[in-house]
Amino acid sequence: MSWITAKRRRPAASYAVVLLGLVLVGAIYAAITEGGESSASTTPTASQAQIDKGREIFQLTCATCHGLEAQGTAVAPSLIGVGSAAVDFQVSTGRMPAKSIGAEQEQRPAQLNPTQTRDVAEYIASLAGGPAIPTPAEVSTSGANVGLGQELFIADCAQCHNFDGAGGALTDGKYAPALNQATPTQIYEAMLTGPEAMPVFNNTTITPNQKRDIIAYVTDTRTTPNPGGFSLGRIGPVTEGLVAFLGLLFFMVLAAMWITAKHRKTADE
Amino acid sequence: MSDPSAPDGTSGLPDEPTEAPAGPHRVIGTPPPAAARTMLGQRAGDGAAGDGPPPVVRELPEDPPDPRHSKNAERLIALLFILSALASVGFIAAYVGLEVGPIDAVLRSNLALGLSMSVAFLTLAVGATIWVRHIMPPVELTEERHPMAATEEERAEFKKTFTEGAEASGFVKRPLLRRTLIAATLPLAAAPIVLLRDMGPLPGTTLRHTVWRKGLRLVTYGANTPISPAEFSSAGGMVTVIPEGYQDDPDALAAATAIIIKFQPGVLQPPTVMDWTVDGIVCYSKICTHVGCPVALYEQNFHKILCPCHQSTFDAPRGAQVLFGPAPRPLPQLPITTDADGYLVAMSDFHEPVGPSFFERG
Amino acid sequence: MSVERALEGVGRALDDRFRGARGVRVLLRKVFPDHWTFLLGEIALYSFIILLLTGTFLTLFFQPSMTDVVYHGSYTQLDGVRMSEAYASTLNISFDVRGGLLMRQIHHWAADLFMAAIFAHMLRIFFTGAYRKPREANWLIGITMLVLGMLEGLFGYSLPDDLLSGTGLRILEGVLLSIPVVGTYLTFFLFGGPFPGNDIIPRLYIIHVLLIPGLLLALITAHLFLMVHQKHTQMPGKGRTNTNVVGAPMYPYFMAKTGAFFFFTFAALAITSTFVQINPIWLYGPYTPVGISAGSQPDFYMGFLEGTLRVFPNWTWDAWGHTVAWNVLIPALVPLGVIFTGLALWPFLEQWITGDRREHHVNDRPRNAPTRTALGIAGVTLYGIFWAEGANDIIADHLDISLYLTTEIARYAIFIGPVVAYFVTKRICLGLQRKDMHLVEHGVETGIIRQLPTGEYIEETRPLNEEELAKLAVDAREQPAALPVGASAVGEPDVPAPGMRGGLGKLRERLNKVVTESVPLDGHGNGYGGHGNGHGNGHGNGHHEAEPAVVPSGGPEESSQAETATAAGAAEAGDGQGDGASQS
Repeated sequence: MSWITAKRRRPAASYAVVLLGLVLVGAIYAAITEGGESSASTTPTASQAQIDKGREIFQLTCATCHGLEAQGTAVAPSLIGVGSAAVDFQVSTGRMPAKSIGAEQEQRPAQLNPTQTRDVAEYIASLAGGPAIPTPAEVSTSGANVGLGQELFIADCAQCHNFDGAGGALTDGKYAPALNQATPTQIYEAMLTGPEAMPVFNNTTITPNQKRDIIAYVTDTRTTPNPGGFSLGRIGPVTEGLVAFLGLLFFMVLAAMWITAKHRKTADE
Repeated sequence: MSDPSAPDGTSGLPDEPTEAPAGPHRVIGTPPPAAARTMLGQRAGDGAAGDGPPPVVRELPEDPPDPRHSKNAERLIALLFILSALASVGFIAAYVGLEVGPIDAVLRSNLALGLSMSVAFLTLAVGATIWVRHIMPPVELTEERHPMAATEEERAEFKKTFTEGAEASGFVKRPLLRRTLIAATLPLAAAPIVLLRDMGPLPGTTLRHTVWRKGLRLVTYGANTPISPAEFSSAGGMVTVIPEGYQDDPDALAAATAIIIKFQPGVLQPPTVMDWTVDGIVCYSKICTHVGCPVALYEQNFHKILCPCHQSTFDAPRGAQVLFGPAPRPLPQLPITTDADGYLVAMSDFHEPVGPSFFERG
Repeated sequence: MSVERALEGVGRALDDRFRGARGVRVLLRKVFPDHWTFLLGEIALYSFIILLLTGTFLTLFFQPSMTDVVYHGSYTQLDGVRMSEAYASTLNISFDVRGGLLMRQIHHWAADLFMAAIFAHMLRIFFTGAYRKPREANWLIGITMLVLGMLEGLFGYSLPDDLLSGTGLRILEGVLLSIPVVGTYLTFFLFGGPFPGNDIIPRLYIIHVLLIPGLLLALITAHLFLMVHQKHTQMPGKGRTNTNVVGAPMYPYFMAKTGAFFFFTFAALAITSTFVQINPIWLYGPYTPVGISAGSQPDFYMGFLEGTLRVFPNWTWDAWGHTVAWNVLIPALVPLGVIFTGLALWPFLEQWITGDRREHHVNDRPRNAPTRTALGIAGVTLYGIFWAEGANDIIADHLDISLYLTTEIARYAIFIGPVVAYFVTKRICLGLQRKDMHLVEHGVETGIIRQLPTGEYIEETRPLNEEELAKLAVDAREQPAALPVGASAVGEPDVPAPGMRGGLGKLRERLNKVVTESVPLDGHGNGYGGHGNGHGNGHGNGHHEAEPAVVPSGGPEESSQAETATAAGAAEAGDGQGDGASQS
């Protein structure tokens, strides 16, 4: 260690230490963080024109991974029977077309416009049916029972998505996404089709009315103002603790420094 | 204390740096230098005795060094205090004037009350600080410490008093009294502990059972509707279930709540007890075997049940065996079957205690 | 009315009855040394006062009852939902009592600040050695208050009976259950039966508003009394010795400063409570044992225990019809026990190792006690790793790291981290000591460049003035040979002193070498350190130089840096390098 000590006052020494620190932190973080990807699935009624258009788009955009007949390949599952709801969910949230293969797909800006999305959805549905895209009436939250929605959400959804739909970690780099961007249709479709790691809540387990109650709870809660002030992402005590140290205590330390500071204007010293 | 680099031998006087004062020493957090340095109780100019009463010297100067500066400070502080008074009035006004109830109203009220309170306190704080720093003349006094230990004479006197008292009390010389007194206090000290006995029932075998029994229907939590395999038919489905009729009984739910998961045919396998499943539907206790959080995070594509508290992971198709994390045991499996109406019912209670380990569990 | 007249009137009246003139004068005249780090304890004190004030307000509206009610208050999202009265009354305070939400938020932020300030204050005391004689009792009182504060906060935020804190109570139940022999009984007595029962909230309530605050008040009073009685410590500086206190008097200076600081504390809490939401229980929903949220954590001061529970593997013993759940017992009791027992015993352990039983009233600079500082940082690192692990799912989610990986990393980090931290910190301290030595020996750079006749440029330095030198406190490194010296006579084997005999005595000696390791004052070598000469650096007190200090000009090196390779206290300090046999 002595050569380090001997060289410690060279000008380059401090830069070397900082550089070493940055490189170490960066390398460790890069090693442990996830790239992340992977994927999952699935409905009826459309015109033949839509289905044909859908097949075209499919063959251009999706077949590379899902196979020409949507039969699935080594890197992507079969889409036969997933239904239009699944396709609408995956594509409208931008998860599909996937950019890479991995544990989980992230929500991104949608890459196909709504018409194209609809077309592909109908094409897939035409292959073998499956859960359908919900109608507007099915996802309407008017008259919904928010209290029941809260109970259902807490029992079946919050353990992954957090009490407020802020999302949460799953294993192996997967995560349950935050719900603040999801439209009522997407929430409905997600419950119905169980994309990726999410369980399937079909319409006989959680009835359509109950789904509307849950949607009402989610959309209500995320638009509820925060009467106490800035919400810190509604994550919970972790962020509150950070604020207590980095905000409150830090401010108090500054105040303490000011109160006890040496008086600049004194005559001597 | 040794002071090898003091240029002259006089301590107690401020030092002049010998070179141009280029040393960077604006140090935060160190006390101001003395404008007046005195020792406790010492009077300067204490000349020969018999001179008449020595002139009284002030310990603390009356005025700060720069009168104009302190006048400015005074005005600023006064302004701040007036502001504080206004803010306090504002607080009262906000309290009286702003309703609460709807969330927007609560937000507004909180903001108004909080803001006025913050201003009231902050201006007081800043004003008081400026007062101390710019109105009160800077001063540094020295006070002598005395060793914490008392002098030997004082210790001897204490010893004398204490020993005499001990002897006079008879406590030391009369062992019968001493011992019986101690004997009297022991059960008395135990009494308050004994009084706590009725805080709760004895555990008995309560922890070994839940309310599940043969024929009791599974219902979804929240909706309280029974479930049939024909309805719970989508592979990858999972839902929280409770025993029918117990939705308002948290004590029962804290032990009995469970989850059912639907698998594709052929996925469920031992050590899952296949006789206790129906149509690829298996029922596991929702109470984690680590410390009791609800285990409900189900990753349907990899068939893993994850507990969000401490990340214990259970292998759903294979009897909820522990894959990772601090849970010591698999989730107990509830035997289920269907009743005459086709709804899922329990065949019996769990065959082992649910939830965290306890000493008598075995 | 002038000051004189007031004193004549009221003053006489009081003095006639209470004889205050002398005693109160001493109090008013008391000198308080000034340093911003001395105000950290005050943050805790004033937070506590604010907790009492806001807490009293809350007790006027809170219902500590678990009886079920159906909610029909202003928060319409939960209208018609069944919940406990405790939860409903908290909703009531938040939405239907003017100022209620503000008071709730100030109360909770104050609790967080109270604990954060206690940590900061405790670390300041530790790293400056202010716990040394005669202040060990105050240190112990402080540790007790830390534990009480943790419990108080835990019970307090559990009172509203919401989903998040109720989960915490569930975990508490699981931990209690794991205790051998008495676990199930403790659980049933605490909860009045099986979980959740009907009794836990009212019981926690009385502990939270009466028992623990009472204890805390008593301990705070004792803490402050001792501080006033023993006088505050002071930072090293000119004119500051171990037998005086230098500063400004209580009246009017310290009173004003501390008053200002109280208002700052209140202001900071008010600002935070206005603009940053905390504990939004209406979003969590009422507690049900059926539900749970992702990302459930306790408040930060309990986070360390949460981490221990997450990191531990699932060891358990099942034998003869009984179960011992090591996977819960060990993480719940051992790290907490080790850290708090270590903290409590440290002043006495340090005294035993260094043999230093003098009174200390001047604080150490952390760099002048490298081993203590390094141990402290190692402890902080260990605590911090557990604390971070307690939030590992939030970290995994937001920093994109695999969930299991965070736990795996933590499992190794708790062993490697503190060792690395100890090593690095100690070297940093010694390096800073060298920097101080450089200042002492070569003076401060003045920024004035001069050209010598030979053409060379040099920067002028000036020697440190008295004030600067005093602040460096280099003398504080000199530890006298406080270990008891035994008898030695010519021709006779050395007889070690009573406290230095046997295995324990040898251990004490080796630890002494490690702990008193410092860069010596006359750094340029006149036979110092590591050359088996036993007379140290000429201060003639026979203390050991374990540090083979580096001569900057690159002289012969002692290769082994053995003392740095060991974890705290395990001094296999390779002292077999001719640095003098254990010379007693």
